[in-house]
Amino acid sequence: MMQVSKLSDLYGREGLSPGHSACQGCGATIAVRQVLLAAEPPYIVVSPTGCLEVISTPYPYTAWRVPWVHVAFENAAAVASGIEAALKVLERKGMGRRHKVIVIAGDGGTFDIGLQALSGAFERGHNILYVCYDNEAYMNTGIQRSAATPPGSITTTTPAGKREWKKDIVSILVGHGSPYVATASPHLWKDLANKVRKAQSIEGPTFLHIIAPCPRGWYFEPHLTIKLAKLAVETRIFPIYEVENGRYRINYLITRPRPVEDYLRLQNRFAYLLKPENAALLEGFKRWVEERWNQLLKMASAFPA
Amino acid sequence: MYSLASYRLMTGNEAAAFAVKQADVDFISAYPITPQTIIVERLSEYVSSGELDAEFVPVESEHSAISACIGASLAGARVFTSTSSQGLALMHEVLYIASGMRCPIVMAVANRALSAPLNIHGDHSDIMGSRDAGWVLIFCENPQEVYDYTIQAFRLAEHPEALLPVAVNLDGFTVSHSSEPVSVLEDDVVRSYLPRRERPRLEFEEPASFGVFALPTHYFEFKVEQEKALRRAGEVLEEVAAAYPNSQGRLVKLSKFNDEGKIAVICLGGTAGTVRHVLKNYGMKDFSLVSLKLFSPFPSEELLDALNGVEGVVVMDRATSPGAPLPPLASNVAASLYEAGVRLPLLSVVYGLGGREPTLKMIVEMLDKAREKVGKGRTGVSRMYLGYGGGEK
Repeated sequence: MMQVSKLSDLYGREGLSPGHSACQGCGATIAVRQVLLAAEPPYIVVSPTGCLEVISTPYPYTAWRVPWVHVAFENAAAVASGIEAALKVLERKGMGRRHKVIVIAGDGGTFDIGLQALSGAFERGHNILYVCYDNEAYMNTGIQRSAATPPGSITTTTPAGKREWKKDIVSILVGHGSPYVATASPHLWKDLANKVRKAQSIEGPTFLHIIAPCPRGWYFEPHLTIKLAKLAVETRIFPIYEVENGRYRINYLITRPRPVEDYLRLQNRFAYLLKPENAALLEGFKRWVEERWNQLLKMASAFPA
Repeated sequence: MYSLASYRLMTGNEAAAFAVKQADVDFISAYPITPQTIIVERLSEYVSSGELDAEFVPVESEHSAISACIGASLAGARVFTSTSSQGLALMHEVLYIASGMRCPIVMAVANRALSAPLNIHGDHSDIMGSRDAGWVLIFCENPQEVYDYTIQAFRLAEHPEALLPVAVNLDGFTVSHSSEPVSVLEDDVVRSYLPRRERPRLEFEEPASFGVFALPTHYFEFKVEQEKALRRAGEVLEEVAAAYPNSQGRLVKLSKFNDEGKIAVICLGGTAGTVRHVLKNYGMKDFSLVSLKLFSPFPSEELLDALNGVEGVVVMDRATSPGAPLPPLASNVAASLYEAGVRLPLLSVVYGLGGREPTLKMIVEMLDKAREKVGKGRTGVSRMYLGYGGGEK
């Protein structure tokens, strides 16, 4: 596996061409671009229904310069399982060749409706890389809450802020015995690229969870996307770490966290949480961030890489 | 050259699995459900023992089974799956995508009732609920047909004029679990009948996008093109069948028994055998039987030919269509007659729901009723539930 330390180390095939119809400042498409520039060819991309599918493939156009397939919303991991297993046998029989199979899915298609297929594929141990670009709600249908929506966030189905915590998808996949599960952010592009390379080099189902700020759904100005990704990490709201064979490594240790308000204030989805009368909710949010960070530190010290 | 290898004692399920093995499929993904399970078990054994060089992906649901089949099919593999009842219902969403994406998947459906109440026994409610999904739908009367039609289903599905998924239906238990000697072909004869054909596939060096979305500007055209492809599948079926090495096992759209009958009984699947037995052995010379092998695309022309000279029809449906004027098969028959400007009296019979198998006595009762309702001089549509309320135990 070749480490990425400068731009010229990337493979250079742009998987997603410009001219697609994503919103300005779309964090998901920035993440996808980085994933595909880092991915080792030959590969096939599978996407469930969602923003990425809709912004890239209005017939008769496609933004994909690499083989791409979409079947439905809840089954991307199952479709990927089929492709991976089929190419294995076709290569054996001299009728095809293996490709790396990369699923690129949103949080709805991963945390919620796609969880069963994802669990099945990981339990069976298919050789796939599953990338979740997490914009923390159903953006394609108009900003409804998902299991990935953080507490306090306003969505069109949680007009007074979500009351539940965010599902810990990384732990769920670690619990499946995945050999490699990691988080990444588009503002740390080298870290992200190297995680793609590493995940692809490992046999078995691997998972990359990428924070993908969404100007439309988080209610912020499009030029703030990368800044918000950075703030999510620096406030410890979205820790950057990897779990290799059950061993934890924090890749970006935040020794002096920024106040969470620095992150929350830039997004109107947290307007309710920031109201003075909701100070108790904000305190709950801070405790949630702190507890998750402390939990991660404990895991990293109990099961060090 | 056609050569019979031998006869093997097989159930319908075993015949399906054996045909799939000889078809040299590359990929199987399925989830167990009664009464289909034996198909999956046999195929697992074939793959495990190395008799069949394929990947068997034991998924966590039928929804994932058909989804994995689509992925494998687009990767270029020859693909098979199998299900029943609730499993088919769970696949429902994806069935439309398999046909819309023109994936030549072959699926055996061991037909079973749908919940509620839960019932594991045979009827056609499962497949009739998915009859508009754009698949070719074939019905088998016995294990021999299951074997022959499954092999031909692959050639039909992969025909460049069709490129559509095919469902091979076998009645739960009465066909799926009944053993009979099945005449089978040599492996290499089946292999040469099913040559590999190139079709668009996922490949890095020739990137293409599969499963894109279409706006109102294009969606309509996609669906009409798909419907045309299904019609073409009906046309190329004859060529596909004509090439099948065992001339006695060639897939036909329908088969007719007794050209002299004045009242035609039309049915699907294993029930045809029971009706034929009654007509043959109970001196019912005034009846003929039309056993439909192809339900979709519906062979209206061939059916009208078969009904030439007939004065009334009895249509046996092993499914209901609550709220509709007629159940599925009767509805298709009536529409075919209407299109030809023929107004035959029609007795619509709903029977066999949830495994209440039609006995010889029930068939006789139905034929007696038919003489009364659709015999000479009768008109219009009448209905009956055969075996309902006190059917034989």
